[in-house]
Amino acid sequence: MTLNSATDVVLKTQALRKVFKVGFWGRQVTALEGLDLEVRRGEVFGFLGPNGAGKTTTLKILMGLIYPTSGHAWILGQEIGTTRVKHQIGFLPESPYFYDYLTAVEFLRFYGQLFNLHGAPLSRRIDDLLQMVGLSHVSHLQLRKFSKGMLQRIGIAQALINDPHLVVLDEPMSGLDPIGRKEVRDLILSLKEAGKTIFFSSHILHDAEVLCDRVGILVKGRLVAMGKVNELVGGTSASSIEVVVQGLGEEGLAHVRPLVEKSVLQGDQVLLVLNGQKHVDGVLDIIRAAKATLISLSPQASSLEDLFMKQVKEREGVSAQ
Amino acid sequence: MRRILSIGLNTFRETLREKLLYNLLIFALLMIGSSMLLSRLTLGDANRLILDLGLASINLFGVIIAIFVGIGLVSKEIDKKTIYTIVSKPVPRYEFLLGKYVGLGITLLTNTAIMVVGLLSVLQIMQVPIELVLFKSLLLIFIELLVVTAVALLFSTFTSSTLSAIFTLAVYVIGHLSGDLKALGEKLDGVSQGVLTTLYYVMPNLERFNLKGHVIHQLNVGTSDMALIICYGLAYATLMLTVAAIIFQRRDFQ
Repeated sequence: MTLNSATDVVLKTQALRKVFKVGFWGRQVTALEGLDLEVRRGEVFGFLGPNGAGKTTTLKILMGLIYPTSGHAWILGQEIGTTRVKHQIGFLPESPYFYDYLTAVEFLRFYGQLFNLHGAPLSRRIDDLLQMVGLSHVSHLQLRKFSKGMLQRIGIAQALINDPHLVVLDEPMSGLDPIGRKEVRDLILSLKEAGKTIFFSSHILHDAEVLCDRVGILVKGRLVAMGKVNELVGGTSASSIEVVVQGLGEEGLAHVRPLVEKSVLQGDQVLLVLNGQKHVDGVLDIIRAAKATLISLSPQASSLEDLFMKQVKEREGVSAQ
Repeated sequence: MRRILSIGLNTFRETLREKLLYNLLIFALLMIGSSMLLSRLTLGDANRLILDLGLASINLFGVIIAIFVGIGLVSKEIDKKTIYTIVSKPVPRYEFLLGKYVGLGITLLTNTAIMVVGLLSVLQIMQVPIELVLFKSLLLIFIELLVVTAVALLFSTFTSSTLSAIFTLAVYVIGHLSGDLKALGEKLDGVSQGVLTTLYYVMPNLERFNLKGHVIHQLNVGTSDMALIICYGLAYATLMLTVAAIIFQRRDFQ
C-alpha cells in the first residue's frame, strides 16, 4: 500500500505496534500500541512524552533500526525501510556517539560518501553545512575535542548532508545548556524556513512551545493527544522566565540582580532567570536603560512529565506518587 | 561498492587506533626476531627453526588480531550507537557488514605485510634461502585469516564480544583438528560418529591452509592445489558472511 491521497502528508503511521521480549524468559513488554500519526509537509512536529513513553522506539522504527511487530508506516508515500526512502530523510539519534577520531570535515565526508556524494559537490556541501551550524572555525578539529553542543550541531549537519525533505531529530536539545539549546532551536527554525519538514522528539515542553506547529503526545506507548501546543497545555502558567541579554554591562547587571533569581554570565551575553512574571517589566526597563540587546525572553512552563503524571492519574484513577 | 569501501576505509582508520593492535604487532616482530637467537642455541637445522617460528608467529598473531579486533567491530558500533547514523542512511545492512569486513581485511593485510617484512629480514640476515613455497604459505595464512575474520563477524552479529571471542577461538581450534575428528569418528559408532562427522563437514578445515611443513621441507605445492584451497577458503568465508548478513538483516538495534 502506498499513500496517494493527501500529498502534503510526509509521514504517516497506521496502528504501529512494537512488543519487545526482555530477560531470559522473553517476557513481553509493549513499547508502542496502535500508533496513528500524521506529519504534514513543511511543519515542525514535536513528538512529546515522558521518558520511556516510546518516542525513541517510534523513531527507530521509522529509521529502519528496529522492525514493528505490526502496523505500517510511510514516509513521502513509500513504505519505510527502503533505501529510496532513506535517500530523502536525515536523522539525528539521541545522545549520539560519533567516530570521535575523525575531524568535522572527515566526518561529514564519510556520511556524504554513504549517499554516493563525491568530489567538489560534496566539499561544497560540507563547507555550507559547517557554516550553517557555525562550526567552520573547527572544521579540522577531531570530534573528541568537541563540546556537547558542538557535537549536537555536527550531528545535525550529518543529518542534512543529503539535503533531506524530512529531518528526524531524537531529543535534539537534551543535555544542552540554554545557549546550546537556543542554537539548536534556531537551527530547527532555519530548516523550517528552508521548507523542510521536521519531526523531533522531546520531553521538554518549552522546546515544543517555541518550535512546533503541532505536537503529538505519547504516554506509555499510546498517543493520548495530537494538536497545537497551546491547546494541549492551556492553563499551565509559566513558573519561571529565562531572559538572554547581550551587552548589559556591569552597572546594568548590578541593577538587575535584585530582581532575578539567577544570573549567568557567558561572554558578553547574560542569562537571567526570573521567578514568575512579577519583575519582567522592571528587568526590561533596566535592559532598555542600559541600551543592551534583548536576545530572547522565554517562559519556562512546567515539565511535560508533571502534566502526564496528572493525566495518567486521571486516566487510571490511581493517585500518583 | 563505493559505500562498502568508504565504510571499509573508516573501519581501517578505526582499527589503527587500537592499542592492542600495536602491542600484538610488536610482540609478533619480537617473536620473529627471537628466532635468530634461538637458532644459535639449537642443535640441528637452524633454518627450519627460523622458518617454523616465523610462520607460526605470523599465523598466531594474525589470528589473535582477527579475533580480538574483529569481534569488537560490529558490537562496538551497536554499543556506541554509531550504527544508528549508518543504518538510517541508504546503506543496506549487508553493505555495512561487508564494509566492516573489508576494513578488517585491509588491517590484516597491512599487519601481515609488516610481519612478512620482519620475517624476510630475519631470513636475509641469517642467510636462509627463500623459496617460492614460502610465499604460497603466506598467502594461505592470509586466506585463513579471512576465514577466521568471517567467523568472528558472524558470531558478533548475534552474541556479545566475549562469547564471540570464545566461539571463534573454539572454531579455530576445532578447525585445525577437524581431520582428527573425522578419524576419531570413524573409530566410534552411532551418535558419536554422527556428531563428529557433522562437525568435520560444518567446521572449516583450517589445516588445509597450513603449508609450514612444505616450506620447511622445501616441497612445492601445485598451482591447481593452491587454487582449490584458495577457492575453498573464499567460499567458506562467503558462506559465513551470507549467514551473518541474514542474521544482521533481521535483528533490532535496541
